Amino acid sequence: MSNKYSTVQTTTLTILRLFVGYHFLYEGVDKLLDPKWTAGSFLFQANWLFQDIFHFIAETPSVLKVIDAMNIYGLILIGLGLILGLCSKTAAYFGALLLLFYYIAIPPFMNYQLFIDKNIIELLALLIIALFNTSEIIGLDRIVKMKRNKNG
Amino acid sequence: MDNETNKNKSETKLTRRDILKGFGSVPILGIFAYDFWKTKLLSKAKEKALHVNLGINDAPSILPKTTLKKNGQLVRVGIAGVGRRGPYLLKALGLVQKSWYDEHVKLAKQNDQAAIRRLQTFQNQEVLNIQVTGVCDVFDLHADAGLDIAENGIQPNGEPVNFKNVKRFRTFKEMVASPDIDAVIIATPDFHHAEMVIDAVKEGKHVYCEKGLTITEDELEEVYKTVKNSNIVFQLGHQNSKNETFKKAKEIIEKGILGKVTLVETTTNRNTKHGAWVRHLNPDGSLKPGSADSIDWNQWLGNTKKIPFNQEVYYGWPRWFEYDTGLGGQLFSHEIDAVNQILGFGIPKKVVSSGGIYFHKEPRDMPDTFHSVLEFSDREFSVIYSASLANSRFRGRVFMGSDASMVVGNELSVIVNGDSPQFKDKIENGLIDPSIPLYTYPKQIQNIDGITSASEKYYAQRGLIDTSIGGKNLDVTYLHMKEWIEVIQNGGTTGCNIDKAFDDTMSVLMVHNSYVENKPLEWDPIKRKII
Repeated sequence: MSNKYSTVQTTTLTILRLFVGYHFLYEGVDKLLDPKWTAGSFLFQANWLFQDIFHFIAETPSVLKVIDAMNIYGLILIGLGLILGLCSKTAAYFGALLLLFYYIAIPPFMNYQLFIDKNIIELLALLIIALFNTSEIIGLDRIVKMKRNKNG
Repeated sequence: MDNETNKNKSETKLTRRDILKGFGSVPILGIFAYDFWKTKLLSKAKEKALHVNLGINDAPSILPKTTLKKNGQLVRVGIAGVGRRGPYLLKALGLVQKSWYDEHVKLAKQNDQAAIRRLQTFQNQEVLNIQVTGVCDVFDLHADAGLDIAENGIQPNGEPVNFKNVKRFRTFKEMVASPDIDAVIIATPDFHHAEMVIDAVKEGKHVYCEKGLTITEDELEEVYKTVKNSNIVFQLGHQNSKNETFKKAKEIIEKGILGKVTLVETTTNRNTKHGAWVRHLNPDGSLKPGSADSIDWNQWLGNTKKIPFNQEVYYGWPRWFEYDTGLGGQLFSHEIDAVNQILGFGIPKKVVSSGGIYFHKEPRDMPDTFHSVLEFSDREFSVIYSASLANSRFRGRVFMGSDASMVVGNELSVIVNGDSPQFKDKIENGLIDPSIPLYTYPKQIQNIDGITSASEKYYAQRGLIDTSIGGKNLDVTYLHMKEWIEVIQNGGTTGCNIDKAFDDTMSVLMVHNSYVENKPLEWDPIKRKII
């Protein structure tokens, strides 16, 4: 298996991937185990782009239920994908998309905060994880790719 | 070419090294599982164990089962004073003006969150077995609005009342003499309360009276004797007592978690003209409605000094001691009620008040900066009340004990003293961290932002979390009035009966009179007199 990065680069990028995955998995499992958790109160506070859609979701129990489930299982799957290095690139892109939603729902600058917050930094980290993928070096994608090459 | 083939071969052959690198990150899941268990589940279990150990009940509060009699006695209510507070009390009783209801339904459709919350709070009310049969107000405009609510108002179930036999009474005496009235709500200016309560009781009518109950000590004694010697059901409008946080606060004190409580600091801060009772002008600066033609001014003045019609006095009467007991009766009243609901210490032994008119320079007697120290020396306990009408910093209400402090408002939190003797061991072995609240109520902090746990604290600290989402929000005034109606129907005693009302009002009078007389005042528990 050829490696286009130096060992230090691979190690750093892998640790970044694992840490972000760890955080996503934590947030997903935490919500899964909290029966009272819902994205409703967060969506109610949406105050920028698409706020009408976010408010609609928050007020419509059937839709909110679906969004809650998508959020919880999305966070868990993205977290597992990043940690295990399985479909890591796709997981990273979906993770970035999810964080983009969080960011535009309640952007910090609408609450008199710097426009840079932890969400946007983590979003960029996910783009780096996707663009400088390490899951084919350390991760299950390495085995998947080899199996595919073998079969192909 | 050969090299390339070899390279491809090596890329498709799964080696031991590939397996190791492929599964290399799987153990992270094990670390995660341990970390999660340790930080979340274990800390929750620890917290729960600690609460059980301290005897704090973590179960969410449940609304007591209603004792309203659906087919029982209909309570026919007359209301005196339908200006500002009156319509609010009617709403708490289950009647709103149709225009209010329609406007709120419209705003709710436009996703106005405040309107949705108000509407839902109203809709959460039970329909009480009452009928508003009489309205009394010296101002035609207010009386007409009251009649409209009583005749055409909308109930919490969305149904109109459709009752056309509501009578407007010109005087309170006529209203209480009417055989069509069983109970009265008194929401007139404070200086009318004493006479009205006595008149109502003499006619055998049940009374819900807004605070302050009386403006002099003599009046209070007379009201107390009259109500005490009757069979009527009396409730003073100290509705805060129905807030679940107060019940929880009382439980925490009873468990001894705060240790010995020797000091309560309670406050008022607001910074608007309206908050300083300058209320006769509309936002555009024009005068509010009302004139000598539409207001029975002589009746409004009652037994006070005769003065020409004055809009400023009509709308802002609490500013003058002729009509009220200043900040004591208006705001401190609720504060001492809160302290008494939680600690039950009654009337202070000694009170000293001071303050002055330092900011709001329009005509007034009421100080805009006011402080009072209340000594309950027999109970080894003090209350400090401090108010500013020229600053809006939130200072809260804090109960201070030898082991912990408790902040009580719409939310409650208990913070352990770092040097608490009771919790010394628990602090040392890390079971209690004095830098974070030991207990908060209601437990409403959720993972609100979907991803980062730090922001949940941020929003909670700013008070941006609406407790009514997903839960049932109820108006405390509704609960307070519902209790009054239930006691009328079933017997029993009200939360703010005449004994509690007497203690609270006497404390208010001591606080106010000390300021007016510019000297400390003491309470003689034998003679039951201020000396």
